[in-house]
Amino acid sequence: MSKKDIKVALIGNPNTGKTSLFNQLTGLTQKVGNYPGVTVDKKQGTCKLSATQNAVIIDLPGTYSINPTSVDESIVLKTLLKKDIKESPDVILVVADVENLKRNLLLFSQIKDLEIPTVLAINMVDQMTRKGISIDLTALKEELNTEVVLISARKNQGIEAVKAAIIKCHVAAKATPMCDNKKIDPAYFEELKAINPNYTLYELWLMVTQKNFPEEITKQEKEKLLSFNKDVSKLKKYQHKETIYRYQEINKILKNTYLVDKSKAKDLRAKLDKVFTHRIFGYFIFLLVLLLIFQSIFDWSSLPMDLIDTTFAELSDFARSNLPTGVLSDLIVEGIIPGIGGVIIFIPQIAILFLFIAVLEETGYMSRVVFLMDKIMRRFGMNGKSIIPLISGTACAIPAIMATRTISSWKERLITILVVPFTTCSARLPVYAILISLIIPDTKIFGFYNLQAFTLLMLYALGFVTAILAAYILQKTLKIKSNSFFVVEMPNYKLPSVKNVLFDVLEKTKAFVLGAGKIILALSVVLWFLASNGPESYKNAEQNTIEKVANKNLGADELQQKIAAVKLENSYIGIMGKSIEPAIRPLGYDWKIGIALITSFAAREVFVGTLATIYSVGSDDENTTTIKEKMRSEINPATGKKIFNFPAGMSLLVFYAFAMQCMATLAIVKRETKTWKWPLIQLFGMTGLAYVCSLIVFQILK
Amino acid sequence: MNTIASLHIGEMGYISEESLDSIPLKLLEMGCLPGAEVQLVQIAPLKDPLYICVNGSHLAIRKETASKIKILKSE
Repeated sequence: MSKKDIKVALIGNPNTGKTSLFNQLTGLTQKVGNYPGVTVDKKQGTCKLSATQNAVIIDLPGTYSINPTSVDESIVLKTLLKKDIKESPDVILVVADVENLKRNLLLFSQIKDLEIPTVLAINMVDQMTRKGISIDLTALKEELNTEVVLISARKNQGIEAVKAAIIKCHVAAKATPMCDNKKIDPAYFEELKAINPNYTLYELWLMVTQKNFPEEITKQEKEKLLSFNKDVSKLKKYQHKETIYRYQEINKILKNTYLVDKSKAKDLRAKLDKVFTHRIFGYFIFLLVLLLIFQSIFDWSSLPMDLIDTTFAELSDFARSNLPTGVLSDLIVEGIIPGIGGVIIFIPQIAILFLFIAVLEETGYMSRVVFLMDKIMRRFGMNGKSIIPLISGTACAIPAIMATRTISSWKERLITILVVPFTTCSARLPVYAILISLIIPDTKIFGFYNLQAFTLLMLYALGFVTAILAAYILQKTLKIKSNSFFVVEMPNYKLPSVKNVLFDVLEKTKAFVLGAGKIILALSVVLWFLASNGPESYKNAEQNTIEKVANKNLGADELQQKIAAVKLENSYIGIMGKSIEPAIRPLGYDWKIGIALITSFAAREVFVGTLATIYSVGSDDENTTTIKEKMRSEINPATGKKIFNFPAGMSLLVFYAFAMQCMATLAIVKRETKTWKWPLIQLFGMTGLAYVCSLIVFQILK
Repeated sequence: MNTIASLHIGEMGYISEESLDSIPLKLLEMGCLPGAEVQLVQIAPLKDPLYICVNGSHLAIRKETASKIKILKSE
């Protein structure tokens, strides 16, 4: 019989290899509570500690201290202050970087004072000889009064020792504080401790300084605690004193247990920094990196995407010829298969984008970009850290908005959240890709750069520039006061770990496909229903058409096509599309595109799927054609010209670049800003802008 | 009075005891302590932020913050 699982919380500074350790401990068992992002929400996994003992490992966001300055870090405080049995961890596993042990121990000392059993894992010990570091492990264990393990998570060294230490620590359940705040001001802290002796002094102190109270605290106690909060300058002074006192204790401990031979400490970083943060080359390299990313997305994904596209068209065909005729078969062939295809087709592009972002973060290059961009971003009311959401936004706005949690200034964070949806997310890519391939010739410019890829790049640039301009306007109009504070660690350069990158890409892609996939699949089924049902005029379509064209001597195929087209026009969805046609005709669209616009308000990517459904309902059954071919041959009955010609195509591109068409993003903005005000401003502002700009583009080009 | 912002690239100094109150708590916690040796590693192309190394931590901070932290220049 196995024992009850041990709950282990994994905590550490950013860039300590916490994610590597988490991946080693939990492997493929990990689950994310919510949408992806770099450990934004609670990540969890199980780990077999011994033959009879399992553990649940909770990965908390990286933080330098328990005193939070951003939403991200406050998650750590909230988890640790919970006395609720279900949530509070049994053991805390603190991960530290061997090179920055002193600073890492500050967080450790704070956690130790919560008096929860704690294991310290010192990571990257494989670097010790090269950096000239030596550690007296036995003495360190004794001084820190806790289990200490030396590990190298990337090389899978010391993982078994961590597991053993967790069990040992859990059984012993000994937890002694490391620092005693009473030394700062005995009377003051004596009084504080007296409020509720069930809590440790440090927990009470955190409640006072962070105004974060567990539910069990009574109203009376809360008032008493709040009375400590009145003298703000004293509070601040004591927090400063406490930090200095902690460092003094840490220095005392490390003096005899941790030695660095400074002569060996020279490394590659200085040289690389000279290049990557250079005043000219720095920006040049960043631009080159962006260019490489976008070129790769287009080049690497076109083959698998074409393959997916044809496979699903063939699959649809195969199903049609092998399934008995009936409503259910129609649903499968015209609704479900194109619907699933519409989700799968995203995977190559999303995975490539996530891959690049993961590599940039893993190598430490992203921090250099933050450093380079802070001053520029600040001019537009944002923060150097906003560059990460803006780049992540090219994959998906949802994790990007979650990634703004590391920005401590509310105004800078809000502006970033509001403008992120302008960046070209991967949901726009299939729309762009199909439109570009229809209206832009496949030729080379400057002799080497593909014109189609160049157009895509310009659309990305349009997204970024609009985001930046919108931020500038918001900065001037929003009347919000908030302190702008900025500090970013510049981590060591590292080669990315294949395992970490792959896990990251896998996790984010999976979350995207499952999250967005549900919406897309459901919508395609609804669409199919709306397109193959209708009021009286729909049911009479076949009869009426046959009568109307009776004297025209049409072939059987032609007649069938004609009937299908009339049917679609009179279906529910056709009626919806027709009713908005007057409003979108000045933009160059017909009612079929109108249908796609309506469904796109749920999610942009539905555009292609919608057209696929509409055209497969409306077209001849026998021919195997891909969506692209169907679109290319579509004729506007009003003008007799191709529907997807240059002016209309450009107008559509601009519409999709600006319009707010993503329910999931609106929901996440509501959650992060805690009001409907901001998502509604995004919805109407962005869509209004899209309408006006598309109108101008079409009227000029036509 | 010298501050971190008045250092040249590569120059070092010691954070003076009297600037304790003007150092944000977060920076203190990241190792930017009075008495600690600080080196200016790099200045961003637009003269802000500054890239410093203090107590083994490599940090980027804004000029505004840096100009509040007084230092004693070392030789």
